[in-house]
Amino acid sequence: MRRLLSRPARLTRAQIITGKTLVHLILSGLLAFQFFLGVTNQLGADPVEALINFTGLNAIHLLFITLLVSPAARHLPCGDIMRYRRLLGLYVFAYAVSHLLVYIFFELQRDWSLLASEIIERPYIIVGLCALMILTALTVTSFESLRKKMGRRWQSLHNLIYVCLVLVLLHFSWSQKTIIAEPLIYWAVAAILLLPRKDKIKTWFGFSKRKRR
Amino acid sequence: MPKPFKPSVRLTDNDVTDEDVYKDRRRLLKSMGFVGASALLANKAHGIGWFDDDEKEPFKGKPLEFSTNSEYSTEQAQTPYDKVTSYNNFYEFGTDKGDPAEYADKLTYNPWQLKVDGLVENPVTLNYDDLLNTYSLEERIYRLRCVEAWSMVIPWTGFELAKLLKQAKPLSGAKYVAFETLYRPSEMRGQNSRFVGGGVEYPYVEGLRLDEAMHPLTLMSVGVYGNTLPPQNGAPIRLVVPWKYGFKSIKSVVRIALTDKEPPTTWNRLASNEYGFYANVNPKVDHPRWSQASERRIATGGLFARNRIETKMFNGYEEVAPLYKDMNLSRYY
Repeated sequence: MRRLLSRPARLTRAQIITGKTLVHLILSGLLAFQFFLGVTNQLGADPVEALINFTGLNAIHLLFITLLVSPAARHLPCGDIMRYRRLLGLYVFAYAVSHLLVYIFFELQRDWSLLASEIIERPYIIVGLCALMILTALTVTSFESLRKKMGRRWQSLHNLIYVCLVLVLLHFSWSQKTIIAEPLIYWAVAAILLLPRKDKIKTWFGFSKRKRR
Repeated sequence: MPKPFKPSVRLTDNDVTDEDVYKDRRRLLKSMGFVGASALLANKAHGIGWFDDDEKEPFKGKPLEFSTNSEYSTEQAQTPYDKVTSYNNFYEFGTDKGDPAEYADKLTYNPWQLKVDGLVENPVTLNYDDLLNTYSLEERIYRLRCVEAWSMVIPWTGFELAKLLKQAKPLSGAKYVAFETLYRPSEMRGQNSRFVGGGVEYPYVEGLRLDEAMHPLTLMSVGVYGNTLPPQNGAPIRLVVPWKYGFKSIKSVVRIALTDKEPPTTWNRLASNEYGFYANVNPKVDHPRWSQASERRIATGGLFARNRIETKMFNGYEEVAPLYKDMNLSRYY
């Protein structure tokens, strides 16, 4: 057992492809199944609210998992799991976009003037949209070829995921009727995820400060 | 000629499953590790809850005797019973809308005592049976507009609050009516933990101006869809004020007190910039975090039900407008 843990395990190409296929099947399958339940009115009293919660909460869950990949790769004797990070990140984006689409098409029901006024007047919607814009930027720059081209700037850009995490939780907390509620647990998990990265985050902010001077 | 019946197995009394075991079969199966296939397909509001095995016996109310009063009833399509009883805000049982249906069955609502006191000549105490039998009951089909911008149409069974107040005889100094929900942390998990109860200070309290309370639309409801109230809807007795946001319609009431000062109200205490004392449905005064100009009507239909409708002033109950004449309703929201 000890030998198994100490020796780094390499995943074969076939294993990685199988794993990725499974991730695709599970995550897109769950999303599609939830929409199917919604369309057939099997999501309780208010399918719209159920879908908004499902897409939003699972986008956060996936973001947590994505942020867990690199510390896990460092501490487990299998660095190859890093190769799943981009895929998981893309699903964070997919679930977040579904969340917005459900809001526009099923919550507001294509009332564009209402959408416009809500975006202008409601801070928690603006915060959520900012988080989604960050996710969009990270998604379009997620290709390996672009990553190589961008060099160090790629990492600075993708460090925005930590800003995104805070914005997402702010959006979540702000949407609740009371402060003492479920989002507090999410803030605690986020703190646990950010703690091992505190040096990195500090240097990142320090780095940008030095540059400005 | 019919064949005589011949049992293929011979069973004796010893083979009969013990009644206790039979009645406990669900828990037994669960303890053996089986989860019914139906549980996987059960209508749950949460994708995450697919694997929950909660085959609780649904609440069965007692049928009530009542007259129908079409004068105050709407003819709009009613929200199905299942939705009315599974989608509730009753933070005493948790902040999720599915929590009350899941946890309120612990509530003991019989015996019950509702006290009417304060500035009255004749304090009244109603026990459980009195709640159902003292006043003649009638059905009112009302629109219910939640402050969260969704709405339902619900057939309540109850009596006008005015009848009860007239029996108690308010003194001339009485200007307001204060309401209080049961405080029983042993049965209400939200009162037991600040986290489960959303940080709300319990007991839940609400209030009306005396003229609002005396209005014929203001109902004390003891039933829904012709049967006694399920606990998640506020058994055994709750207030229904159809022209105000739902949180004014306090559930499981134990005390009604007449006062000379505006009584504190729970949501106003929690966030006074978002929830006022009056809380009249008003499409022109937005909640700071969302628009109140329209609402989604929860009725039948799935995701594609086009259920967004315009919100009407006083939730369409224009007859209450004289109560607020000369009042600035954006200030007294």
